[in-house]
Amino acid sequence: MEKKGKKDRRDFINTCFRFAAGASLVGVTGVLAHKTISGNTLWQIDTTKCTQCGRCATSCVVTPSAVKCIHVYDMCGYCDLCGGYLRPNVKNITTGAENQLCPTGAIKRKYIEDPFFEYEIIEDLCIGCGKCVKGCGAFGNGSLQLQVSHDICVNCNQCAIARDCPSDAFSRVPADEPYKFSGFKKEKKG
Amino acid sequence: MSEILKYLTQTWNIKKLVTLLSLFVLMMTSGLPLLAQQQRFPKPEFESGYTQPVTSMPDARSDFFALFDVFVLILALSLITWLILKKRSRRGVLAVSVFSILYFGFFREGCVCSVGSLQNVTLALFQPEYSIPISALAFFVIPLVYTLFFGRTFCAGVCPLGAIQDVLLLRPVTMKTWLQKVLGLIPYIYLGLSVLYAATATDFIICRYDPFIGIYRFDATFFMFSIGAIFLLLSAFVARPYCRFFCPYGVLLNWMSRFSKHHLTITPNKCIQCRLCEDSCPLGAINKPVPVKVMEDRPSATKRFIKLSLIIPALMILSAWTLSNFHENLAKVNTKVSLANELMLFKPDAMLPSVEVEAFKSAGTPVEELYSEAAVIVEQFYIGAWILGGFLGLVFGLTLSSLSVFKYREDYTPDKGECVSCARCLKYCPVEK
Repeated sequence: MEKKGKKDRRDFINTCFRFAAGASLVGVTGVLAHKTISGNTLWQIDTTKCTQCGRCATSCVVTPSAVKCIHVYDMCGYCDLCGGYLRPNVKNITTGAENQLCPTGAIKRKYIEDPFFEYEIIEDLCIGCGKCVKGCGAFGNGSLQLQVSHDICVNCNQCAIARDCPSDAFSRVPADEPYKFSGFKKEKKG
Repeated sequence: MSEILKYLTQTWNIKKLVTLLSLFVLMMTSGLPLLAQQQRFPKPEFESGYTQPVTSMPDARSDFFALFDVFVLILALSLITWLILKKRSRRGVLAVSVFSILYFGFFREGCVCSVGSLQNVTLALFQPEYSIPISALAFFVIPLVYTLFFGRTFCAGVCPLGAIQDVLLLRPVTMKTWLQKVLGLIPYIYLGLSVLYAATATDFIICRYDPFIGIYRFDATFFMFSIGAIFLLLSAFVARPYCRFFCPYGVLLNWMSRFSKHHLTITPNKCIQCRLCEDSCPLGAINKPVPVKVMEDRPSATKRFIKLSLIIPALMILSAWTLSNFHENLAKVNTKVSLANELMLFKPDAMLPSVEVEAFKSAGTPVEELYSEAAVIVEQFYIGAWILGGFLGLVFGLTLSSLSVFKYREDYTPDKGECVSCARCLKYCPVEK
């Protein structure tokens, strides 16, 4: 008889705790329910904050990095003397490897008409070091911009580059507006 | 612009439209010279009929999977719970384990997982500007709810981190109880730290030091690969080393499972105390019957209870105070705090600026702003350290007291907290249904 009483008590305490645990779960869910967003967020670089420190190339969990240089053609001046393509103080403006700023040769220079050249980023070769972005921003229009390429990004819960970014340029953005170009493109899109 | 469009669609008033349009034209005309100024080399007018390529903006992987994952999670959880509790089949658990290694692990690359979602929930609770994705919340809550009813069936084979260790377990060695208890304290510390760092929006340390995600992605630093490899090698001999001695989410599941209503039982009927299952559990999670002579008499039990109720609060205060002295060290992980520290010690004429200092200088934010923000974060760490210390003291105290408490048991039963419902013990039981 006494044993049964003991067992009942244990059961009762268990039930109480079970309800408490269930209530706290419901509570947490309830508090957070209005803070949810239906879609996922994606990581993106705010190009106005980016200082091209070069950590995007090394901090990403994907190798090579999911951050790529993306060319905003709308902003490009099609310069012959391109600050993003050529090293500073080059003797002659050619496509020779010794003249190229890009460490992996990921920029293709194509002649269009007399003083103008088109620059195309070969995404597979780009490591996201941002050297060309720095050059283009310093001497040109800033049409080369570092962005997270979402087909490569695995969308980590906490972005490893965001943690290492010295300029706090990474943020979660809603999935329906996944790119943050600065300058012309943005004005145009409005 | 999008606000204007929204506004227009909402009201659709012609008069307003005209005013807005004129405003827009004004903006454009006044803005254009400014933009042109910004662009050092205007875009050329091509005569050769050159067409400009499109700026590449690759689409993100489809959002569909985020919700589909939740569906698969519920399905897998229901299936494995049915297999364990109704079919009592170890083979079924193995099949689900292999499935979740393949799907949640290799196919979905292990993100978002329930273990990590714990940090999303904490961040959402403490940081008002962060809104949590529904899938992350679902991944946090659903396994806890299932565990509250059916025990840790999530651990058994749905969690890709647990499953990969479980399928590799070849020759389990039994561990001494004291060692298990001591190592079993690490998850509490890990949980406390990860909550502290997530609540202060510092870092997601669980994700950062997830040993298996690199293996699932075939891509990680050498350091993380080695840690993953060590865990996998270890898990051939020690059952689920990560789950038992590190997993912070396991702590929550452990609490839920203790009060679960329909937990797995070793015997389908009545225990006949044949002792066949005694050593069958690789996790050492089977409670043995207590011989009556161990039962302690009432006065000494009361004395012990009084002692414990004095020791535990003392432990809590002691460890809270100790940890609060280290709150500045804990806060150093935060990038803002570490930058503020660096700037305070920075001498422009004697030192080369680091990347962080340089980036901060070029951003042009006043130093005072950073200092005050850092001070707020350090203050949060101070409070957090007190709470964390108190929590850890409580856990240590309760662990100690649990070593000295003998619950009276007649039968072999699974320890509801520690048992992960892997169903290994079931085939040892000779009792028929």
